[in-house]
Amino acid sequence: MGELQTNEAGYDEMADIDFSDSELVSHVRDALRSVSQGDNDRYYQLIEVMHYMEHLAPDEVALLVTSLKALCGAVSYIDIIHHESLLSSIFGMSMWNYGPDVMDALMELITSLAVSSGKFIDSCLEMLVCNFLPPQSFLHLLRSPHGLARKEQVLDRVHSALRDIADLVPLAPSRLLPIILQRRPHTDAKEALIVIYVENMLRLESSAIGEHVGSEMLKAVVDRLIELDVKIGWDDILQEDSSKGIFDMELEDEEIAGDANKDGSEFPKGTLNRQSLGGNTDADKLDSLMVLTCEHLKLCADGDRLIEVFETLFKSFEMTVLNAYKSKFTQFVMFYACSLNPENCGVRFAVSLADIFTCKVYPPLTRMSAVAYLASYLSRGRFLSSSLAANTLERLVDWCFEYCQVQDGAINPEAHRIFYSGCQAIMYVLCFRMRSMMDVPCLKLQLLRMPLEPVLRHPLDPLKVCLPSIVEEFLRQAKAARLFTVSETFLFNNLLESDISKAFGGMERLDMFFPFDPCLLKKCDRFICPNFIYWSMVKTTYDDDEYGSSDEDSDKDFGDGNEGFVDDGMARSFEQNEFDFDEFEYSLNKMSITPRSTLNHMLADNLHTPMRMPARIRPSTSPEFL
Amino acid sequence: MEGLKVSDANLVVYVHPSKATKVPQAILRELSSLLFKFSEIFDGVVLAYDVNIQNKTAKILPGIYPYFGVRLKAKLLLLSPKPDMLLEGKVVKLTKESIHVIVLGFSSATITEEDIREEFTYKLKHGQEVFASTSHKRHVIKVGDMIRFLVKSLDEEILHISGSLIPAQTGSIRWLDKHVEEGSQPERSTKKRRERDRGREMQEDYTGLVSEGAFSLSNDHRPKKSKRRRTVEP
Repeated sequence: MGELQTNEAGYDEMADIDFSDSELVSHVRDALRSVSQGDNDRYYQLIEVMHYMEHLAPDEVALLVTSLKALCGAVSYIDIIHHESLLSSIFGMSMWNYGPDVMDALMELITSLAVSSGKFIDSCLEMLVCNFLPPQSFLHLLRSPHGLARKEQVLDRVHSALRDIADLVPLAPSRLLPIILQRRPHTDAKEALIVIYVENMLRLESSAIGEHVGSEMLKAVVDRLIELDVKIGWDDILQEDSSKGIFDMELEDEEIAGDANKDGSEFPKGTLNRQSLGGNTDADKLDSLMVLTCEHLKLCADGDRLIEVFETLFKSFEMTVLNAYKSKFTQFVMFYACSLNPENCGVRFAVSLADIFTCKVYPPLTRMSAVAYLASYLSRGRFLSSSLAANTLERLVDWCFEYCQVQDGAINPEAHRIFYSGCQAIMYVLCFRMRSMMDVPCLKLQLLRMPLEPVLRHPLDPLKVCLPSIVEEFLRQAKAARLFTVSETFLFNNLLESDISKAFGGMERLDMFFPFDPCLLKKCDRFICPNFIYWSMVKTTYDDDEYGSSDEDSDKDFGDGNEGFVDDGMARSFEQNEFDFDEFEYSLNKMSITPRSTLNHMLADNLHTPMRMPARIRPSTSPEFL
Repeated sequence: MEGLKVSDANLVVYVHPSKATKVPQAILRELSSLLFKFSEIFDGVVLAYDVNIQNKTAKILPGIYPYFGVRLKAKLLLLSPKPDMLLEGKVVKLTKESIHVIVLGFSSATITEEDIREEFTYKLKHGQEVFASTSHKRHVIKVGDMIRFLVKSLDEEILHISGSLIPAQTGSIRWLDKHVEEGSQPERSTKKRRERDRGREMQEDYTGLVSEGAFSLSNDHRPKKSKRRRTVEP
């Protein structure tokens, strides 16, 4: 081996001491060996060098690098008992404190140590995993260019060391997994730490080791999302009161909450308002992690491995998200993954959810949750074709039809809750999709052939049990589309939910669960928004007939300009609404059915928010409409 | 290669009642959990299994969860490296201080400087790090080669082998096989040879890592069949 590099500018002091590498190695070996004979002087000197920290002088850097390299040659002499303090000093070193030279030497040492014997491998992997995170003192630098550069330097080396170790010790990845899971920062930790750790997990997923640990990494990331998700209570988002609309996460609700806090003295301006989530650190953390995950999925899609990643994601979804009590945000990861590959993943998601719903093996709550996801997904996914929606609907209707064939007896929300949730899902999807299906002759035929009427008119009477707001909107559209003759008059008394619907929803209120209602997380919304159908974009069957020319905007929108969307039919082109985006987004998010709680707010809003949705797409249950 | 053996095992697998409709899968899953782990009961690492369910009756255990015990016979392919056995593996890293080897694609082995016999010296040949024998000019160990080495010890948890190149019958397999008639290596019994060859096949099956290099190189340098191959083929 060549001589040690001692001729760099800062290393002048070392220049006259001209050891060869092998001399250094044997010096260190002697130092290590002498410990068991009771001679600790040189050994302690060595340890002292390992404790050199930040702001090192060039000669200190040189000494540290030299020592690390020499130790690297002497790893077989390191004894786990005799040299415990040396080992703990080495494992306690943080890469973030050093320059590239020291980092390289340290990684080389760790790699050699890990592969030298089975004893050190866990500690070495643990040390590397610890280096995923910067020390506390470094946190404030993370956003600076210097900090970012350092982060790149450290993480590149840590990951390449992990790869090197896995190359030499093929079973190392299986040891790595529990360490990574165990070392995860707590959900209460600083956002920066949680984010950087997840970043590393996703990086591992896409690395060569990902073949072994990737799926577990993804699952762990989803678990982390759901952990944060459940920490954000529904109360943080909306008020649990009778004024809640079917579209649960309506921003209007939040504004009411926000306004109430300020005694109504201030009113939200025309920007997207997420007051109730503002300042919620868990929501911020979740938002950042969702962005990371979505970016990762995008990379997977670009690298043509989305389909395999999606399999893992779906398993994880089925295990955790589906059964989590009204998960609020995590499911949008699935939504985004589906939007990246509608032909495969998008269809797979819908089919699998329908499978779960129709399969008797699953517990009732899981099946109800699955159909709630399915309904919300089919309604909101802008990337989904109407024919997929029609086929899935057909499956649901057939299932419901078969179900009522063998049932007799009257309304029983509790006993037939799966059936009712199925019916509600069918109606919900049709609220969004009926018009687009009616516009395509073959889909119209398919829809008309479905045994919808026998199901809805069955003595089990789903129309009386499902959420009145959905039933009413559905009947209105069905009437306009002449789907079947709506003879019975329903008196809803402006109820948004009825006691019967509460009953079938059960304690968990699955009757009111619409998982893909507009996402309230600011940052990750940019991934979701372009693929999302807001209620305001939906063309209903009664659109043209009832409010034909009352709205100039609509004429423009439904004119010949949006042919690109004719096949898909239901959504108004996003691009055509290129007026102030914020305002547009604001208006989009105003899902109609949510009522105002007080007249005061109605007036206030009418005065102060000129960007209200045109009345015609606000379904009729809204109080101001009646 | 030594250390490989096939054992007949009589096993009882306890299956969770929820898996009652898919017992075969449950059994395979259970057996798969044994793979690539050292098992004290079998005294080795399970590499492969061939399972044979004896009969359709199973004993139901009393308890809150009525697990049922399925009796089965399985043939297990085991790797149980014992000290002083000769194993074969592929060199994946070579430094002045150590040689790193992977055995059968999953078990790592390290041979440190002290355990490499004096005959071998560390050299840089054409920019490549090698250990070259001073007594036999053609006996060279480099990254990608298959070597035969002696087991010193095994870390059962991580399946890490500490090896040695001290005995004369160790070193590059390519060279050893060619010079086996020189008497440095004791004649092997047919059984051992069969085992060794099974090991080879295993290696091809189990790892993408197995050196095409090791085999193709031998072809490059020696167009004729090697002695070893000749003895094996009928």
